[in-house]
Parts: sequence; C-alpha cells; structure tokens
Amino acid sequence: MKILVPLKRVADPDNANKVKIPAAGDKIETTGLEWKPNPFDEYALEAALRLTENGQTPKVRAGEVVVVTFGPKETEQTLRAALATGADRAIRIDTTDDKLDGDLVARALAALIEKEKPDVVVMGKQAVDGDSNQVGQILAELLDWPMATFAATIKEEAGALVVSREVDGGVATMRVKLPAIVTVDLRIVAPTSVYSTKTAATFKYNDGVRFAALPAIMAAKKKLLVEIKLADLAADQALKVEYKAFQAPPARKAGIKVKDVTELVTRLKNEAKVL
Amino acid sequence: MMSFTPLYETAEHAQLRAQVRRFASAEIAPHATAWEEANEFPRELYAKAAAGGMAGIGYPEEIGGAGGDLSFVIAAGEELVLAGRSVGVAAGLGSHRIALPPIITFGTPEQKRRFLPPVLSGDKIAALAITEPGGGSDVASLQTRAVRDGDVFVVNGSKTFITSGCRADFVTTAVRTGGPGRGGVSLLIIERGTPGFTVSKKLAKMGWWASDTAELAFEDCRVPAANLIGEENSGFVPIMVNFAVERLLLAGNCVAIAELAYRESVTYAQERRAFGKPIMGFQVLRHKLADMVTRLAAARALTSEVVQRVVRGEQVPGLAAMAKNTATDMCSFVCDQAVQIHGGNGYMREYLVERLYRDARLYPIGGGTREIMNEIISKTEGY
Repeated sequence: MKILVPLKRVADPDNANKVKIPAAGDKIETTGLEWKPNPFDEYALEAALRLTENGQTPKVRAGEVVVVTFGPKETEQTLRAALATGADRAIRIDTTDDKLDGDLVARALAALIEKEKPDVVVMGKQAVDGDSNQVGQILAELLDWPMATFAATIKEEAGALVVSREVDGGVATMRVKLPAIVTVDLRIVAPTSVYSTKTAATFKYNDGVRFAALPAIMAAKKKLLVEIKLADLAADQALKVEYKAFQAPPARKAGIKVKDVTELVTRLKNEAKVL
Repeated sequence: MMSFTPLYETAEHAQLRAQVRRFASAEIAPHATAWEEANEFPRELYAKAAAGGMAGIGYPEEIGGAGGDLSFVIAAGEELVLAGRSVGVAAGLGSHRIALPPIITFGTPEQKRRFLPPVLSGDKIAALAITEPGGGSDVASLQTRAVRDGDVFVVNGSKTFITSGCRADFVTTAVRTGGPGRGGVSLLIIERGTPGFTVSKKLAKMGWWASDTAELAFEDCRVPAANLIGEENSGFVPIMVNFAVERLLLAGNCVAIAELAYRESVTYAQERRAFGKPIMGFQVLRHKLADMVTRLAAARALTSEVVQRVVRGEQVPGLAAMAKNTATDMCSFVCDQAVQIHGGNGYMREYLVERLYRDARLYPIGGGTREIMNEIISKTEGY
C-alpha cells in the first residue's frame, strides 16, 4: 500500500506565549517561534507507518509512505524528522504559510496525488494553529474519493479500510474503498488502534508516536527529498480565505474565592449573568 | 532567553534532542519529584529508555548500540536533565556510560556478546566500582584483592559510592591482582548472584536521590577468570581513559543542571513580586541572572571545545579536567544563586532549585575531585 501523509509545522503549542501580534494586527509575528510538527499530522504518520508494516518488525516497510509539506526551506526539518521516524521519501512544496489557505492546499495536493497515485491519503484531522479542519474534506471532494474523517481506529482489509469514528453518542464504523482520504483523531495512536493485514490481531503497539533512534536519524539524511514549486501544482493561487485581523485573547483576570454555593449562585446570576 | 547549542551540532543532533526531550517530558518529568523523594525510580524505565532509543547512543552499532560520537551522548544527556527535571534519574539511567566502555575497548568478544546487548536493551543494569571505603582518589592504592585460584579469581574487599550498585546485574570492578601500585590493578566483571557478592548498604545521600548508591562487599567471592577485562594487572590505564570521558559527561551534566536552575530562576523572577513589582524589575536581580548565564555560557563553550577534541580523537586529560572544574564551579555558583533568587521558597523541597542545589554538590567530588583535577592539570602542564 502506498500512503501519502501531508504534514504541517505549527508554532510549538507549549510556547504559545511566544506568539506575538504586531500593533497593526495584520499578521502573526513568526520570527523567533519554535516549530513542531502538527500533533495530528504526527499521529497520521504513525498510523501510516502502522498500516505499512507488520507491528512485530517495524523496520521493514510493506509499501511506501511519502510525506509532503508546504513551506520554506526550513520546513525540511519537519520532513527529515518524518523520514527518521520511518517515512520512505519526502516532498516539499515551496511556498510560505501566508500565501496558503485550506482550499489552495487541497488543490495542490490533488494535483500531487494525480502524479503520485497513492492508495490512501492519511492526514491529521486539522492543524492546531488555524484549526480550520478543511483540507481533508475539500481534497476528497476534488478527487471524488471516499473519505473517513476523525478516524479513531483503522483496520486494513483487501482493497479497503475499516474506519471507526467517535461521534456523539457512540462509534460509527465505516468501510471505505481505496483510494480514499482518512483524517485521524488523537486516539489513532492508542496501542490497538491500527492494524495492517500483516500485523497480528493480538499485537499491541506502544502508546503514542514512535521514537526515531539515532541510526534512523542518520539514515534519514540519505533519503530522497524533492522540492516542487507550488506553481507547478496550482496555476491559480488565488486564496478564498482572507484574514482580516488578528487579536490576542484578552488577559485572564484573577479569580475569586466564594464561601459557599449560595454565594456562587448569586454571583453567577448577578455578576457573571450566566444563570 | 537565549539558549545556544554547541556550534558543531548538526540537524541530526537537533532531531536527537527533540526525541530525548519528548521521551523525558513524557516518561520522567511527571514523576521526577515522586521518584526523587522515593529514592528510586522504576526499573522498567531502563527498558523504556532503551525502546525510546536513549540507551544505545554513543555505542557502536555492531554491539547493539545506536552509533554517534560523544557529542550525541552529551546532547542527549543535556536534554534528559532539562526535560526530565530529575538529575538522579539521569544519573541512574546513565551508570552504564562508565561501566561499559572498558568492556567495549578491552573486553573479549565473548564478554561483549554476553554483557553489552542486555544493557543496551534495558534488560540489565551495569555499574562501575572503583572507590573503596578506605580511599577514592588514590586509585593506585586500592585494597580489594583478587587472588587467582585455577580458573577463578577469589575476591575480598569492599567498594563504596557505587551508582546503581543496589540494582546492578553486573559491576565492572577494579581489584588488586598483583603487587602494590598501579601495576597491580585489574578490572573484573562481577555478576549479581555470584556467591560472596552482596550489597552491604544502600547509601543515603545529599543529592541524586532518585539514583541508588551502594556499598558492595566481596567475601571469598569466586569470579570466573573469563570475566577479567584485558590482561591481568593492566586495569589502571582503562580506568584512567574511562575517567577522561566520564569527566566530560559530568561537565555536560553540570551545564544542563545550571541551565535548568537558571531557567527556573528567570521564570520565578518574572512572577514573584516584591515592593509592588516583579523582582525582575530590580537591577540587582537582573545582574545576578546575567552573571549566572555568563558563567554558564563560558562553561558550555569550554566543555563543547573539549568534547569536539575528543571526537576528533585527541587525548586531552588536562583539558577534560579543566572543563570539569570550570563546569562544576559554575554549576555550584549558579545553583546557589538560584536558591538565593528563590528566597525562602528556594530552601523548600517543593521548589526544583532546592534539589538542584543539593545535586550540584556532587560534581566537585564525583568522577575525580576538584583537587585531583588540579593534580591532573598540573601534571599535563608539566610543573
């Protein structure tokens, strides 16, 4: 099975206080930020690796995992890290974040998919910076492929994937024929969430995303990483979403202590006016 | 806050740092205080660290290691302390760093096959035993005797201050097989369960609480001669070679501990208020922090310089000793100032700097005292 995994780097959520908005409010200042792969994309990569291996022998890849990102040269670090974790090769689509929206990313990915012809696109359900939650769905529409969003588990069958999604009030299980788009939620990296046809049903993964050992980090330097111009994938680079202004959330005020439930209810009613 | 990594570090070092950071934040930091207070961390952590790719760093791939030179070991060690926030755990997890090199460099193929892979997979724990209750710095005068009796050595004596000694599955032990002085010293691998080998005491320490430290006793302990590392009576040189690298590891440790104490202090100074403003608003405090980070930068620079020379294959015992003294002095200073900045809170166990202050006190003593370092420097300078 050949899997394409789109990755995005995001400002390190643990250092959210470093995100600054200039007085003009027209953009987010990105200089000096520390970058991390979008966590949901890391989960997607882990799911893709699990789908292309026997869990007992994770160093042997049954199939191919190709990672792709949109961004300037520095974003190749994100790709190299993915290669160290086990992806086979990488593509960087040269552009910058401010020239993109979900629609353009999806259109460029659709053009890339025409060339790469993966069996599945496994991607994060959303990026934790913009929280748009659009690309997977638009991509499925553009390609006219079946999609399964917010996957909590994936089980490979011949020519199809059985995906369970956590929905209000329970779990919906669906079977998508390949090729397909799958977007993953956080539980996809639980020990028994993903099974390829090669992995025994009794096998349990370690919880979370796998670690890249030093030999794999060194080997990743030699793996193929190609650059593609955004213009070669999308002639029309007009954006449909325009950001008008940015504003930092208001500073939180200090809380107060109440002496009993009666006072709490009174204050909720009269001061907070939420009751 | 500026945080700089050595100039020689590559994108691969950065990736390794990110891996270690992720491991330590998830597996160590949440338990750091509890494990320090319990004077122990779970044995399973060795296997977890190995599965996370931490244990094999710096060891050749052909023996089951992950490859990479000393610079990768130092980088990983720094992240383990910074993100794990327990110096004791880092010390306990790292005891193989001093126990294995003599086996790797001077051991027989059979010894390598038997003793290295289980440690690198986290299934077994290795320790190094040199110091004795009667003396530490004076290695050439060690008293533990090993007398040959056919195909075994009969060992009598005791060892102390042995990191991971309580739980070690084997101990790389310095013994006297010959006459007095350095020419009579050998290294023996003594396995747990060998009759006559006992852990006589778990030692209570000032710092490094999460790592166990033992006193070991050998009474007519019969150790197979096959466990002799290298030639009989030629143990002194491997011990000394091992020390040079150990000193750089300890210097790297000091840089990491001081960085952590400094970061804690900066955060605290921004949050703590006095006389109507954050204490960071006082010049005297800002300058204190400036002095701390300046000395930190200097120690880091010298340590990196010497690490780079070792990576290039140079023998630099004098410089390694200078790096250790520079780093230990700096670390003691920085941790002391960190406690001062924290005021009364800095004296309280619930604040990290209180613990780091105690941990820091080990470094001018362990792995060769500050005074012995100066002796080495005097010798290499040729006075």
